[in-house]
Amino acid sequence: MKLLFERSVPGCGCTILPACDVPLVELDAAKREQALHLPEVSENEISRHYTELAKETHGVNDGSYPLGSCTMKYNPKINEVAAALPGFTKIHPLQPDHTAQGCLEVLQTAEKLLCEITGMDRMTFQPAAGAHGEFTGLLLIKAYHDHRGDTKRTKIIVPDSAHGTNPASAVMAGYQVINIPSRADGCVDLEVLRAAVGEDTAGLMLTNPNTVGLFDKNILEITRIIHEAGGLNYYDGANLNAVMGLVRPGDMGFDVIHLNLHKTFSTPHGGGGPGSGPVGCKAFLQDYLPETGAQSIGRVKAFHGNFLVVVKALNYILMLGREGILQASQNAVLNANYLRKKLSGVYDMAYDETCMHEFVMSLEQEKHEESVSALDVAKALLDYGIHPPTMYFPLIVHEALMVEPTETESKENLDELIRAFLEIHEKAKTDPEYIRSAPHTTTIKRLDEVAAARNPKLRYEF
Amino acid sequence: MGNFISTTEQQQKEMLQEAGYDSFDALFAGVPEGVYQKDGVNIPEGLSELETERRMEVLAGKNQIFPHIFRGAGAYNHYIPAIVRTVVAKEDFLTAYTPYQAEISQGNLQAIFEFQTMICELTGMDVANASVYDGATAAAESIFMCRERKRMKALVSATTPPQVLETMQTYCYGRGAELCVVPEKDGVTDLEALASMLDEGVACMYLQQPNFYGILEDAKRIGELVHEKGAKFVMGGNPIAMAVIRTPGECGADVAVGEGQPLGMPLGFGGPYLGFMAATKDMMRKLPGRIVGETVDSEGQRGFVLTLQAREQHIRREKASSNICSNQALCALTASVYLAAMGAKGVQEAAMQCTSKAHYLQKELEQAGFHLVYDKPFFHEFVTDTPVDAELLMKQLEQHGYLGGLVLSGGRILWCTTEMNTKQEMDELVRLGKEAANR
Repeated sequence: MKLLFERSVPGCGCTILPACDVPLVELDAAKREQALHLPEVSENEISRHYTELAKETHGVNDGSYPLGSCTMKYNPKINEVAAALPGFTKIHPLQPDHTAQGCLEVLQTAEKLLCEITGMDRMTFQPAAGAHGEFTGLLLIKAYHDHRGDTKRTKIIVPDSAHGTNPASAVMAGYQVINIPSRADGCVDLEVLRAAVGEDTAGLMLTNPNTVGLFDKNILEITRIIHEAGGLNYYDGANLNAVMGLVRPGDMGFDVIHLNLHKTFSTPHGGGGPGSGPVGCKAFLQDYLPETGAQSIGRVKAFHGNFLVVVKALNYILMLGREGILQASQNAVLNANYLRKKLSGVYDMAYDETCMHEFVMSLEQEKHEESVSALDVAKALLDYGIHPPTMYFPLIVHEALMVEPTETESKENLDELIRAFLEIHEKAKTDPEYIRSAPHTTTIKRLDEVAAARNPKLRYEF
Repeated sequence: MGNFISTTEQQQKEMLQEAGYDSFDALFAGVPEGVYQKDGVNIPEGLSELETERRMEVLAGKNQIFPHIFRGAGAYNHYIPAIVRTVVAKEDFLTAYTPYQAEISQGNLQAIFEFQTMICELTGMDVANASVYDGATAAAESIFMCRERKRMKALVSATTPPQVLETMQTYCYGRGAELCVVPEKDGVTDLEALASMLDEGVACMYLQQPNFYGILEDAKRIGELVHEKGAKFVMGGNPIAMAVIRTPGECGADVAVGEGQPLGMPLGFGGPYLGFMAATKDMMRKLPGRIVGETVDSEGQRGFVLTLQAREQHIRREKASSNICSNQALCALTASVYLAAMGAKGVQEAAMQCTSKAHYLQKELEQAGFHLVYDKPFFHEFVTDTPVDAELLMKQLEQHGYLGGLVLSGGRILWCTTEMNTKQEMDELVRLGKEAANR
């Protein structure tokens, strides 16, 4: 595909602005000297360029997207309609409150509903994404200990099955990370946890269901151990889609949570963002939230967060309501177990028991016997028009493929997915080279990532 | 009530059976009693699509849309070309995830590569990342690119917009980093104070250009001062202004960041916006977030991949340069389409109109008794005092559909114009101002 710059023809362009209706003023001082190279393209060329790029971009609208931990559910179009209302898009963030009552009501209503869903008391919408929420939530924990003068609490406990953002966020919040090994089933080892806590424990970061898709049955005991040691419990909401409306993190002993509105609450991922990562907390932490007053941790972003994303999430929650929320998580879990059941026996399940919204398979045996890796199976799925599962995560499972079908896939799609997985497994035995060299039908074949990193070419050179 | 589920109840029953369960509850048998809410949580019943749309329209209707906006302070009312709105609404771009699977994400990856190129062009820097949350978090992240073993302290000019400064402070609270504010003098960074604060322990100095008051600072001189003491120079900026004023690269910046909202994103009550970050080649591996690089596939065709991932949280965990995972990809795409539609000439025209209109309005306001507070070169914002109570004036403007400037401490007003403001509405604004003054 041509780059936009390669479509550029000197003299081409679009007519956008009228002539200036006041005397021209040019800044004398500090003028830009270097030329500004931007494409010179007609509107037709721009339209065709991006249509071409869109065709080479696999979205949820293109086919199954069982990308574990990412909750690639269908993104309802009414969300987009709501977020495009001029009554939202044309509102300046620094307008006086009495002229932005609708926006404030959106935030307030979303807060109320999400607090009810999560069992929290207050929520901030400033964080722009999940990791941003983790950072914000950890700062609440830090502020809590700081204001009590409890400055020896310097450590955050993170299981080795956690998302990479957890330890990275803990470091940004100034904490030392204590990685604890998980049990074979990915759940927290209570003995290991008891040995890890102490007077230096600031808190624990946990996602439940965990990253192998299992609900940790000992959750009440886990959060109690942390509380008894004087620490707080942080809930990573990445996997809430399994239990939304059925289990509230607040009832499991969590004090702070973040949600991923772009996962669980159906606002689209936009090819990597924007998301929204609101942080909820129990009442005893509310004074530390951004924009609250003297004890606040301060702001983590300009203005009020990714507001239009919150509009989409609110729209979704209003539409689903109590019953719909329940059905969403029930069917997310059903679809995952249906897939798991149909694939187990052929693929090795890391943990072959009832899973929540996702499950993890291990390709270790295939790797050993046929030299076909998790990566190879993932690439082979591309030839079926299916987005592969998350690869090589969680780290505690070798050759992992993490599958999260979501509740919005039809049975026909799930059966198609099963058929593809089974065919690939068969082919890996009869013609492993075919799988190792997949994909075969995509426009672009396997890319040389090593060369890209060794000799970084990060921009077009004119 | 909608749930967007694609299976029928009958199919669900069959699937439960095939998977070995007799009910939905059986799937959740592992959840301890006491935390399992069999019947769901206490929120209202769901609505149909039509009811939901009506409900959202009512909410949107409770806001006042100002047809005439003279307020900026970090969020700017620019024209958004139609092509921008249609391209970013394409479902493939909207619904894709981060392009982990390069073979089926070439469109997304190439779009980011093009964005990185445009940001390099605007900033005059060597490399750019795929975006961060907004200009404020970009500024905050930049500090942690610059800290080294013996240089741990960051400086920031007092002329930085408060929202940006406060975000930097929060990030510094997190890591326990020292952030010192360099005082301002007559609306610009106090160079003498800066010189005295620059010592061997300073990692970097952050300057925003134009600054919070809209004024163009002597950025090049500040960069020289900072470099003389061996510290890094970080410049924040407005991307529209960068098309006409000396770029961060030309001012010697090591890192350039900014708020990309003016490039095609609606005001949207503050977001989603776009943080961009660019750096010199030397600082490339310190950049946080996603970066796309060019490479070839097994058949020798050009292609693009996420690269230099050894910096990132999913590989490095607690040793990562940042925790960022999701960014503002669709906003980066928005900016790219905007820059393509406007072209270099168009962006420069927009910048020039911003400046011309700001100067026209300033002169007219001066005559109406709103005196310029700082006699310094400015881009598209400026500060005046006011002959009437500022809040009262805002109330009166509001009734005529005018969102006046932002009221600052001491009754001063920060005005902003863009290419959207016509001479006619500026004249009307001034008339309303005069009227208020004479009342």
